[in-house]
Amino acid sequence: MTALLSVSGLRVGFGRDPQNHEIVHGVSFDLAAGETLAVVGESGSGKSVTALSINRLIDFGGGRITGGSIVLQRTDGSSTDLAQADEAQLTRIRGAEISMIFQEPMTSLNPVLTIGTQIEESFRLHRGLTGRQAKAAARDALDRVRIPDAARRLKYNPNQLSGGMLQRVMIAIALACSPRILIADEPTTALDVTVQAQILALLAELKRETGMSMIFITHDIGLVAGIADKVMVMQAGEAVEQGELNQVLDDPQHAYTRHLLHAVPHFSSGRATRIDGQRGTSASTEPALKVDGLVVRFPVKGGLFGRATGAVHAVDGVDFDLLPGETLAIVGESGSGKSTTARAVLGLEQSTRGAFTIGKAAAAAEGVRPMQMVFQNPYASLNPRLTVQSILAEPVIASGGRTDARTLSRMTKLLARVGLTEDCLQRYPHEFSGGQRQRLCIARALMLNPSVVVLDEAVSALDVSVQADVLELLVDLQQEFKLAYLFISHDMAVVERIAHRIAVIYAGQIVEIGEAASVLAEPRHSYTRKLIAAVPAIDRRHETFEIDMRQVPSLVRPLGFEPQPADWQSFGPDHLARTEAPDGAKPLVTDDA
Amino acid sequence: MEQVRAIARHTSGRIGGAIVLVCLLAAALGALGWTPHDPLMQYRLDRLHAPNGTYWMGTDLFGRDVASRLMVGIGQSFTVAFFSVAFATLTGTVLGLAAAWLGRRWDGTLMRLMDMLMAFPAILLALLIIAIIGPGLWTSVIAIAVIYTPIFTRVVRGPALSLKEREFVDAARTFGSSQSYILSRHLLLNLVAPLTVQVTLALAWALLTEAGLSFLGLGTQPPTPSLGLMLSDSRNLMETAPWLMVFPGLAIMISILGFNLLGDALRDILDPKMRRSLA
Repeated sequence: MTALLSVSGLRVGFGRDPQNHEIVHGVSFDLAAGETLAVVGESGSGKSVTALSINRLIDFGGGRITGGSIVLQRTDGSSTDLAQADEAQLTRIRGAEISMIFQEPMTSLNPVLTIGTQIEESFRLHRGLTGRQAKAAARDALDRVRIPDAARRLKYNPNQLSGGMLQRVMIAIALACSPRILIADEPTTALDVTVQAQILALLAELKRETGMSMIFITHDIGLVAGIADKVMVMQAGEAVEQGELNQVLDDPQHAYTRHLLHAVPHFSSGRATRIDGQRGTSASTEPALKVDGLVVRFPVKGGLFGRATGAVHAVDGVDFDLLPGETLAIVGESGSGKSTTARAVLGLEQSTRGAFTIGKAAAAAEGVRPMQMVFQNPYASLNPRLTVQSILAEPVIASGGRTDARTLSRMTKLLARVGLTEDCLQRYPHEFSGGQRQRLCIARALMLNPSVVVLDEAVSALDVSVQADVLELLVDLQQEFKLAYLFISHDMAVVERIAHRIAVIYAGQIVEIGEAASVLAEPRHSYTRKLIAAVPAIDRRHETFEIDMRQVPSLVRPLGFEPQPADWQSFGPDHLARTEAPDGAKPLVTDDA
Repeated sequence: MEQVRAIARHTSGRIGGAIVLVCLLAAALGALGWTPHDPLMQYRLDRLHAPNGTYWMGTDLFGRDVASRLMVGIGQSFTVAFFSVAFATLTGTVLGLAAAWLGRRWDGTLMRLMDMLMAFPAILLALLIIAIIGPGLWTSVIAIAVIYTPIFTRVVRGPALSLKEREFVDAARTFGSSQSYILSRHLLLNLVAPLTVQVTLALAWALLTEAGLSFLGLGTQPPTPSLGLMLSDSRNLMETAPWLMVFPGLAIMISILGFNLLGDALRDILDPKMRRSLA
């Protein structure tokens, strides 16, 4: 049997001289009907370029195919070399035979048209349907991607739907003409874990229903296990390894595949938690930071005179304490209030109520801020126009110091400690890679010798293998300086590596808190269980997820609303979970988009 | 010194820098009185002389040497352009930063005020100011500065609003950096690029506006020469003595080109991302 799509010796170059600016150096693979090929690699490995070459969207990005062939078996039995095809042919193939979904569903849809119009367009173009027929087809398409209440949702504009819903709409559009190949370029990277699991489950189900083939591009080798039949690992524009899923994951031949599989944090249900610096082993029991009943509300204004009509309860009664040398991870999905908690603790957000106590030892040192923060995006958190020296000097100047010999020697010492050389001092942020920038941010946070460091998604923006290095650095620094970390993250695998204790936050409230191993291995709250079930893992191969359509509820409450006081249940020496209302009457979860 | 060398390495910086330098040199010589002839002296016998060895750019209706008048005129025009743009940049930046940083009511009030100024036709606004305080060099400076202030305010406010929300500003707040430090290092430093571009554009436009005001007889007062005034005098003699129009016109055009090229170069040089690739 011949392959549906057969790529051989594909070479792609960019710019005016594509021969000499080659990004993809001779990639070959076959895709059989009904098969899923996962293309795995880090940023810059050429995986997206390879995929975009298949439907020749690369032409619009300044790329040229300089060699090789891409042979597609057409529906009518003939075969076409897409590398040679002209634009007219390609237009007929795109959408009808090869479809694509992108990483960012928020920007892939036109914000001023209703999603119904946008789905109908696809039917109109490829099937010639108009009017009522097109509407009916659009509703069927939405039904097919399991969007509840499809008829009503057709009239929605993209801003009225969540990211996960929009990605479903994108899938509906891509599948409108029953293509035989679907190219999915990091379709879940911008989404929350539980939503990611839903989308993956949906894709797997649709593939079974329609028998289409899929090319799934991802940087996360953990995702591959759940969806792929075959895996191709790419590095620097070359396919370094390809083969059957089990073979690649269990018996990787190439060093880079092994590196990806081992160096990268993978989730293992609490088996890989830290064993150093547990509670009770250290002499100090005075918390470095204690937070009591933190509440952050943002007023919602409405009406003719802009009076407050309600409030967004971003954080609603959060308490925790943090000992020196300990990491408390706050996990939750976007919109759960985890970042707001961190920002409120640092004073970047005005808290409505609540008290913070900072450890006595730290508070005694005069003029020094005992708490520092490392931000998510290392590209945005460094001023591009300042040299590294000025960047590192800033906290010192802010606390009344000067850039003298002592400050400079501390700079070089810290730079060396985070793995950068002294000659970096006169360089600018753009000359560093993402990982190096995050190291700079860490060095900057340590300039004042803080006792608490807040890490807000500090490794989320980094490539997977860099993540592992930075995590290791963080653990070393913690042991050396007895730092307390407040680690905000949505990524369970990362949290497992660094946390001593975990607090799971949902809709502005902590629903479960306790020792990391205990929370991850035996989650007690239904939301924690849902989060953990959604984490992709290598050893959960071909596991089918149940499609859970529930959404995070709205956090807007009427004026004067106060939540019920928490009712905690203890599950061990250091493991508390909020008592849930019995099934059927779930106060935390509503079905409203 | 470093910057000067960087400008010399940059192609358009070299050309623009040379043009501006030549203009400044001519203006300086004019100001010192080192001109080929007395710019105000009327050589009655040599009226409307075409360019020749004695009068390099010819003479005007009154027999005054065009070359000498041009040198003094460039000085006049540049003085007005420089001072008015400097003033507009300063006030515009302060107002724009204030609007962005203070937000809310300040932002609303300041920006509506600027909108009002902008909605007025530029020349009309200048005429109004001149009608109030009487014509003259410094009146032109004030009038042009007022015209360009709202533009600088807008140019600064937009990026400042977005910079204010950037994470490095949040980071600075967590260190406890002072407001003035954040405003100068994090906001102003990142506004250098848009400001440089705007300054060079405004310099070019200010030259033109000054010429326009003088052309209407409201800027520099005769017999003191200025580029606009010279153009204005030439208009009835366009056919018989085209050099009266050509040389001041060329002077305006070339100096505007010079400013723009220099601005392009400065924008590249001040950007740390470009610096390495230029070196």
